[in-house]
Amino acid sequence: MSENLKIIEIEVLRYHPESDREPHLEVYKVPFTDDMSVLQGAQYIKDNFDGSLTFRWSCRMAICGSCGMMINGIPKLSCETFLRDYHPNRIRIEALAHFPIEKDLVVDLSGFIEKLESIQPYIIPKEPRSLEQGEYLQSPQQFNDYIQFTSCINCTLCYAACPQFGLNPDFIGPAAIALLHRYNMDSRDGAAEERMELVASEEGVFNCSAVGYCSVVCPKHVDPANAVNINKTNAAKDYFLRFLSPKGGSK
Amino acid sequence: MKSGLKRSNAPIFWGLFGAGGMFSALFGPMLVFITGIAVPLGLMLPANTMSYAKMMAFAQNIIGKGFILAVIALFLWFAAHRIFHSLHEIGIHAGVGAKLLCYGSAFIATVISAVVLLSLGF
Ligand code: SF4
Ligand code: FES
Repeated sequence: MSENLKIIEIEVLRYHPESDREPHLEVYKVPFTDDMSVLQGAQYIKDNFDGSLTFRWSCRMAICGSCGMMINGIPKLSCETFLRDYHPNRIRIEALAHFPIEKDLVVDLSGFIEKLESIQPYIIPKEPRSLEQGEYLQSPQQFNDYIQFTSCINCTLCYAACPQFGLNPDFIGPAAIALLHRYNMDSRDGAAEERMELVASEEGVFNCSAVGYCSVVCPKHVDPANAVNINKTNAAKDYFLRFLSPKGGSK
Repeated sequence: MKSGLKRSNAPIFWGLFGAGGMFSALFGPMLVFITGIAVPLGLMLPANTMSYAKMMAFAQNIIGKGFILAVIALFLWFAAHRIFHSLHEIGIHAGVGAKLLCYGSAFIATVISAVVLLSLGF
């Protein structure tokens, strides 16, 4: 061990569904170097202290979105958060807030996956198009309208940040609404009206009380809060103007 | 798409909340200054700015009535919505009861102010 090896205390929220009645904290003393991420700290614990410690990761470069956890109470990607920034204080890592814990730092994302499916996250063309008509053309402006909302990596940090999702797990939530908005804003798509039924429903945008923390924690600058707020306006318009339009958004 | 989705009627309350929020941001501080500080302390404004006769004339003018109603009603709808959601946020999920109390009081106050303003005549 080199002399510049420092030690940091990592407090980990442990939960084993088969033997624990509730989650509890355990502390580990982890030697680290300045280039070590919190994820590597967890890996060190798994390799050296307790092989049963369970957490998700894949890319280690803030791309895959699987390593999210609460780090000192703030939802963060553990692969891009560094131990050196917390030393000499103790660091606490916990499963993402507002989700059911499956084991240790792994949460159950099935509800989130269902929400992603429910927004119809694919282009639904306005009208059938034949091969002869060729490809869709998009202007840079049309591209800019949605590109920001394509950057989401489904890390669900925004759900862990959202107090309204914490209070009502049925709320479709920031990332799903941002993705919904991404398709609505795409000039090739024609299903905004169909998606309005969900946007305007009791599970929809009006659960949001404009806290904005989702956009603060988002590692990809998707700004889901903005997507939610734009869709509040859209849903309010739809609510009051639906009687004027022949089709209306939903009942 | 999920089935059995129920349309939320939040746009009504959210609309009133939004209108009230904007209105109170635009006029609230100025009104507090005029009615609460400048006039009582006799600062900057003529002493009879809010005399009974002037205020009565204001309340009898159709635009004046509209302004007074908007100040009272929209401020209240704004507050009702904010209080309702804050209750929810601090963990008081009184549901229908809290909703009735918050929005109900805004509604009653709106009706009372409209009636009083109309009864002042034109
Ligand atoms: S919107 Fe941002 S915080 Fe939310 S899941 Fe997508 S990348 Fe993560
Ligand atoms: S491991 Fe892929 S985002 Fe952190």
